Amino acid sequence: MSVGMTPEQEPLIRLESISKLYGSGDAQVAALRSFSLRVAHGELLAVMGPSGSGKSTLMNILGCLDTPTSGRYWFAGEDVSRLSETQLAHVRNRRIGFVFQQFQLLPKLSAWRNVELPLLYRNESDRRSLAIHALETVGLGNRIEHRPTQLSGGQQQRVAIARALVTDPDLILADEPTGNLDTAASQEVLSILRELNQQGRTIIVITHDPEVAPIAWRTVHVRDGELVQLKAA
Amino acid sequence: MSILHTIETGLRSLFGHRLRSVLTTLGILFGVAAVIATVGIGQASSDSVTARITSLGTNLLTVSPGSTVSGGVSGGGASANSLTMRDVAGLADRQNAPDIAAVAPVSQGRVSLVSTSSNWSTTLSGSTPDWLIANARSMGSGTFITSADVSTSAQVIVLAATTASNLGAGVGDLITVKQIPFQVIGVLASTGSQGFGNQDDLAVVPLTTAQDELIGGVGSVQRILLSATSSANLGTAYAEANQILLQTHGITNPSQADFSITSQTQVLSTAQAVTQTLTILLASVAAISLLVGGIGVMNIMLVSVTERTSEIGLRKALGATPGDLFRQFVIEAGALTAVGGLLGVATGLAAGYIVPRTANIAVTITPAPVAIAVAVAVVVGLVFGVYPALRAARLAPIEALRAQ
Repeated sequence: MSVGMTPEQEPLIRLESISKLYGSGDAQVAALRSFSLRVAHGELLAVMGPSGSGKSTLMNILGCLDTPTSGRYWFAGEDVSRLSETQLAHVRNRRIGFVFQQFQLLPKLSAWRNVELPLLYRNESDRRSLAIHALETVGLGNRIEHRPTQLSGGQQQRVAIARALVTDPDLILADEPTGNLDTAASQEVLSILRELNQQGRTIIVITHDPEVAPIAWRTVHVRDGELVQLKAA
Repeated sequence: MSILHTIETGLRSLFGHRLRSVLTTLGILFGVAAVIATVGIGQASSDSVTARITSLGTNLLTVSPGSTVSGGVSGGGASANSLTMRDVAGLADRQNAPDIAAVAPVSQGRVSLVSTSSNWSTTLSGSTPDWLIANARSMGSGTFITSADVSTSAQVIVLAATTASNLGAGVGDLITVKQIPFQVIGVLASTGSQGFGNQDDLAVVPLTTAQDELIGGVGSVQRILLSATSSANLGTAYAEANQILLQTHGITNPSQADFSITSQTQVLSTAQAVTQTLTILLASVAAISLLVGGIGVMNIMLVSVTERTSEIGLRKALGATPGDLFRQFVIEAGALTAVGGLLGVATGLAAGYIVPRTANIAVTITPAPVAIAVAVAVVVGLVFGVYPALRAARLAPIEALRAQ
C-alpha cells in the first residue's frame, strides 16, 4: 500500500490488521483482533475504552514496547512490526516520547536529570541545556534542581512531559496522563498537551478521562480488542 | 549509551544504596584478605621448613636403625638398636668409602642445663668431632669437642648460640647437667633458625660422656650422620654406606636391611609436600569464603534488579537497549567486587604485617597470590553479576513498567 505514496500522504502511524494473542492453546486470549488504525502527522488522537478492552495492548504496540502476533505496523513509513528488541529500543529512543500515569520519575534524580535520561541513550552531548529547555517549555524553568518528591503531582507530570519532549520525537504517547491528578492539575497537563499539538506535535492519549476528548481532533473507542466507532471531533 | 555514562549510572546506583553496597563489599573483602593471609602463612611455614632443612646441609645422609619396612611389616623407624660403633668405624674407612667425608655417631636426649644464673631445657647430642662437619656448622667462639675428649669421656660441652645466651654462659664457664659439672669449651655460630627443631638451641658433648653419664646406651648409637665429600657425590656416598652397613650387619638381601639411610633432599621434599598440602587446604577454605562473597554479590544484584524493575522498565521505554542494561548491572557487580578486592588486598597486607608482630606466626606475602585473589574476586563478581544483569536486560518493558 505504501507503493506510490508520497511521504506527505503516508500517515505517521499505520496499523494494518494487528492481532495480539496472549497465552496458548485453550487459554489463548486475543487482546487485539485484526486492528487497523491510521494517525496523521500533527494529529491529537484520543483512544478510549474500558479496562480490559485492549487499549493497554494497543498502547504497548503503538509505543514499540511490544510486537504484534500478526499484522503490520508502519511508523513513519518504516515497518517496525518485526524489529529486534535492540532496534525497537532505538525507535523508542529517537521517535517516541512516553508519558505515563504514574509519572515514572526516578526519585533520586533532580528534575533536569530525569529529563536528560533518554538523551543518555543516544550519546547526546548537550544534555543539560536541552533538558532545561524542555523544562522551560512545560513551565518548570525554575524547578530544574528539584527532586520529584519536592514537586506537586501536576508538576511531576510536566517533568515527565518534558522528558518525553526532550528528544524532539515524532510521536508523544501518553498513557492515562491525568489518571493520578486532581482536576486542576489535569487541566494543566491537558492544556500543555494541546499547546504542544498546536505547535505541530503528533500526540496519542490513551485514557478513560472524558475531559481529554474535547482537546482531541478525533476519538477512537476500543472494545474487546476491536475498534468500535470512529467519531470526528 | 556510552560506557562512561553506563559506569556513572552504575556507580550512582551503588552510592544510592550505601549500606547495602558496603556489606556486599565486605564479603569479597574478607574472602580476598583470607586468601592472601592464609597463602602467606603457608608460604612462610614452607620457607621456614625448607630453610631449616637446607641449613642442615644438602651433603648430609642420616643412617637410622630399623628398616622402614621389613618383610612387608613396618617395625617403625628407629625401632631397633642395630647401629653400633663397629658401623661407625666401617663407614669411617676411607678405603671402602672414599666419598664419605665425615661420620658422626649421635646419641640424643632431652636434658636440663643449669648455669649459675639460670637453667634451660634443650636437646643434648653425644657425638664426635665429625658432628661439626656433618652438620655443616662452624664455631662462634672456643673449640669443638676433640677426639681426645671422646676417648677420655671428658666433661666438656659445646652450646648453640641461643642455648648459651639463655643460660648466660660462655666459653670457660661451668654448667651442670644431671648434677655433673661440664665446662663450656665452645659456642656454635648462629644459623638464624627459629621455632620447632631450632638449630640454635642444642648442646653437644662427647659421645662417650653422653652414653656413660647422661643418656645411656653404651655400645649402640641412635643415628649416624654422614656427609658426602660434595653434594654431587651424595649418590655414591649413599651406595658406599649402604654396602658397608649390609656387610657389617651380615645381610645379603638388601630388602631385609635393619637400617635406613635418608638424605636431606628426601626429608625436604616430604616436608615441602606436607606444608604444600596444608597451604592448599587453608587456601581452599579461604577460596570458599571468596566464593560465598561472590554469591553475596549475586544475591544483592538480584535484589537490586527486582527492586528496580520499574526503573528498568522506564529506562527501556526511554530507549535503553538490552545491552545497555546488561552492561549497567555487570558494571555494578564488577565495581562491588573490584572495590572489595582492593580493600581485601589492603586488609590481607595489613594482616601480613600485624600477625607476625602479635601472634608470632610468620607470614610471607608474595605478589602471585595477591594478584590471583584480586583476579578471582573480579571474575567472581562478573560471573555472579551476569545472571542478574541478564535478568535485567531480558525484562519485558511493559511488565517492568507495571511493577510498582
